[in-house]
Amino acid sequence: MPLADQWMVWSIIIPLIGAAIFFLLKERHHTIIVIISLLTLLSTAGLAFNVWKTGSQFHYAGGWQPPLGIVLYADGMSILMMLMTALVGLSISLYALRYFSDKRSLKFFLPLWFFLWASLNALFLSGDIFNIYVTLELLSLSAVALVTVSSQQDTSQRRDAVFAGMRYLLISMIGSLCYLLGVALLYAGYGVLDLKLLSEVIAPSPSVFAAITFITIGLLIKTALFPLHFWLPPAHANAPAPVSAVLSGLVVKASFYLLVRLWFGVFSFALSSESGLFFGLLGASGILWGSFFALRQKTIKMLIAYSTVAQIGYMFLLFPLAADMPSLWGAMAMNAGIYHLISHAFAKSSLFLCSGNIILAFGHNRIDGIGGIAKHYPLTFSALGLSGLGIIGLPISGGFIAKWQFLTASIGSGQWWWAVIIITGSLMAAVYIYIIWSRIFAPLENDIVLNPVPKSMEILALFLSLISIFMGLTAEPVLQMLHIGRHF
Amino acid sequence: MDALMPVLVFLTSLLTGIFIFLLGEEQRAIRTFLNIAGATVKMVLVGIIIWGVFHEHSYESRFTVIAGIDLVLRVDALSVLFVTLSSILWFLTTIYAIGYLEGSPNRSRFFGFFSLCVASTMGIAMAGNLFTFFLFYEVLTLTTYPLVVHRGTEKALKAGKTYLIYTLTGGAVLLFGVVWLYILAGPTEFSQAGSLEHIGAEHYHLLKIIFVLLIAGLGVKAALVPLHGWLPEAMVAPAPVSALFHAVAVVKAGAFGIVRIIYNVYGIEFASMLGLTTSLAAVAAITIIYGSLKALQQDDIKKRLAYSTVSQIAYIVLGIAIVGKIATIGGIVHIVHQGIMKITLFLCAGNLAETLGLRSINQINGVGRRMPFTMAAFTVAALGMIGIPPMAGFITKWYLGIGAVQAGQTWVVAVLASSSLLNAAYFLPIVYSAWFKESSISWLENNRSGRFETGLLLLLPPLVTALLTILAGLFAASSFSPLDWAKLIAFREYRE
Repeated sequence: MPLADQWMVWSIIIPLIGAAIFFLLKERHHTIIVIISLLTLLSTAGLAFNVWKTGSQFHYAGGWQPPLGIVLYADGMSILMMLMTALVGLSISLYALRYFSDKRSLKFFLPLWFFLWASLNALFLSGDIFNIYVTLELLSLSAVALVTVSSQQDTSQRRDAVFAGMRYLLISMIGSLCYLLGVALLYAGYGVLDLKLLSEVIAPSPSVFAAITFITIGLLIKTALFPLHFWLPPAHANAPAPVSAVLSGLVVKASFYLLVRLWFGVFSFALSSESGLFFGLLGASGILWGSFFALRQKTIKMLIAYSTVAQIGYMFLLFPLAADMPSLWGAMAMNAGIYHLISHAFAKSSLFLCSGNIILAFGHNRIDGIGGIAKHYPLTFSALGLSGLGIIGLPISGGFIAKWQFLTASIGSGQWWWAVIIITGSLMAAVYIYIIWSRIFAPLENDIVLNPVPKSMEILALFLSLISIFMGLTAEPVLQMLHIGRHF
Repeated sequence: MDALMPVLVFLTSLLTGIFIFLLGEEQRAIRTFLNIAGATVKMVLVGIIIWGVFHEHSYESRFTVIAGIDLVLRVDALSVLFVTLSSILWFLTTIYAIGYLEGSPNRSRFFGFFSLCVASTMGIAMAGNLFTFFLFYEVLTLTTYPLVVHRGTEKALKAGKTYLIYTLTGGAVLLFGVVWLYILAGPTEFSQAGSLEHIGAEHYHLLKIIFVLLIAGLGVKAALVPLHGWLPEAMVAPAPVSALFHAVAVVKAGAFGIVRIIYNVYGIEFASMLGLTTSLAAVAAITIIYGSLKALQQDDIKKRLAYSTVSQIAYIVLGIAIVGKIATIGGIVHIVHQGIMKITLFLCAGNLAETLGLRSINQINGVGRRMPFTMAAFTVAALGMIGIPPMAGFITKWYLGIGAVQAGQTWVVAVLASSSLLNAAYFLPIVYSAWFKESSISWLENNRSGRFETGLLLLLPPLVTALLTILAGLFAASSFSPLDWAKLIAFREYRE
């Protein structure tokens, strides 16, 4: 089916075309933004439908087979990532239209954002380790540039954003270099870059382990796993709200996706209970560290950013729990990790959009000064409530399904200590989400004049939080999709 | 149709809540209509279900969440008891709340969460397995929190904080137990009298630990001592909320969960074989006495009632933990009896506070002449709580006492007797002062407005529940009385 192949290409090309159009256009054109976003969503959905019906598939760009040509590969896991990106992406595009009130910021934002979307899709479809490097690099560069897009006229805030962006850039560069070094070592050893070919020839050796180490460290830096998380909170908190949503919801997930893809694929021979424990311990520390610092923040965006550090930690628990993959508990842990990743993407981006609404309404996002939301912005209030459920992992939300499976996997496989960490982490999450909840019920402070918030911005935040709730109703379609093309 | 029924009962509350959220603050007529219509439709559906369950119909809706884990709503005899109680009391409390919140801000939000809270109670009542029960148990916490902090004052926010700390921690402990049990025993369905005996003797010590986790998690909402600390503080909520909390929603959900764990998960004989019921009975007994003693010390009417709840809910737990058919009947029937009596007391206390600003017991002298109907209802319910025939509370204590003697646990009778004395000691002074003492305050006649002693919407609900208190006691022997239904449940549990 030639058209079926084309969906993969379209899902990368369409946002790229969008980026080019918005780069050239002087005025903002709402209809074009909506059309490009919808078309990207449509091509992703088309691809998803195909994979759902016929299973995983390859696409050889220009008809060239590897090792010469570029290969694209779509299986259930990449489809889920792309669908997640498309749903969050659509909301972000529409949200940004209203959020960036001045033309100049929007003109910077739009091409960068669609470029980022294209690189995300390309990354999820890449089938060889060098293309992965390229997409990773494009992703990081557009993300860094987005952090510094500022809608604020205030110079000190703009300076903060530039500082955070610079730091993000440096860290990201180091991560990319580490990754590239690992790729070079592998290429020197085997002369292939294609993941499938590589997995056929790769064998344990000192240089391979060095390569794995470099690649893993590079990706861990980009995923912001504790103790390499220090760059994340300032970068995510100082960016404009829709950008923060993209960074926390999608960008950190991309490098995590690569870790899972590699460690449970090409590098699976290196996955043992020791290496699993290594990831698990870092993940657990991230949960506790991130939650603890989230409790101490004074602004909503910093709180949410530290919460991301904690939530990233949860995803890494899948390594120790799924290290012995063929088992029932291992498969369940894999489900839990990916499910958590997706549901967190929706809940967290919704929270960041809420913080954008709050900043617009109050002119700041200090937690102690946001009383009155429940009364004056009922939609934002609902979104805060529902996405908070997802973050804590309370029913009914996707976060709960993930937590349930994590707990089952850890108690079932006899590694109950992870269960203790998970429960502790979600209680701490309950406390930091409560810090926000308790303030939104408080009455409005006397002398505050509220700015109007466009209804569409409130509705989009609510839309994303509703997806995270619906993920709590049934997990079966998502989990079935996840297993397409995988052997666990 | 049978498969749809539980979902419909659930949806009547859920949809009411969602539609009310969508309404504007000022659309009072539509909101009131929705509230009443939702409650009425539900009562009709429940009526059909009662008839069906009596004729051994099975109502079950099932929906797969993850492979191996289903969301199950099923109606059995025990569910019917709780569902009926909730739907009748919800109807009355809604009427009361419409009168009570007249003119106060954020009514839309209040009634929305009020309905969601009832929806989750329905979910708890009809949960067909432990997973579903846990799901709605947690949702209940979340939907009740906004009601506790409804007024938005510092005091309310503080009470809300305490409430969340207790309930979410309890929920986490419960989740641990539920997951662990799931791994050992698979999806624990509530379909018939349960038993975990087949799991094998090598796991018995684990089952004991899990039991403690489950009961500790549920004990927070059931306010078993020492996990009861949130309950008196949560009294800052508006009166209809307190009434609902104590009669049907939160506290009852905890007690109901304990009943489910013992009857439908562990199985009563197996639980007593593991030696679990004896310690539970001890905890219940301590809670009964401690709650009553604390109630004695309170001067605030609502606080006294709150501690009285701590003590009364433990009757339910005690009835089950005694092990024996008669005691079981006593415990289960108290789910209903405590509900109608306690809601009467809280609604009356709300009337005193709303109409005359009376909140403490030493101001109550002579109030019987100013508000005779309210105080009459209060008196009926208070006498019921003490256990004086022919009120409903007497039936409970009678069955508990007989059951204890029959099961050879005579110490329970001593607990019951002393608790009755204590009940009398903290209720009778209120009743006495209200009727027989001279009032020192001049509110007697002058600030009376309208034809009745207070708003009609505030007056009718407690009168109805007081009447129910008398009827449930007087006609306990007739069919379809709470007692009759409790007997049905007990017979089915003990397979006779």
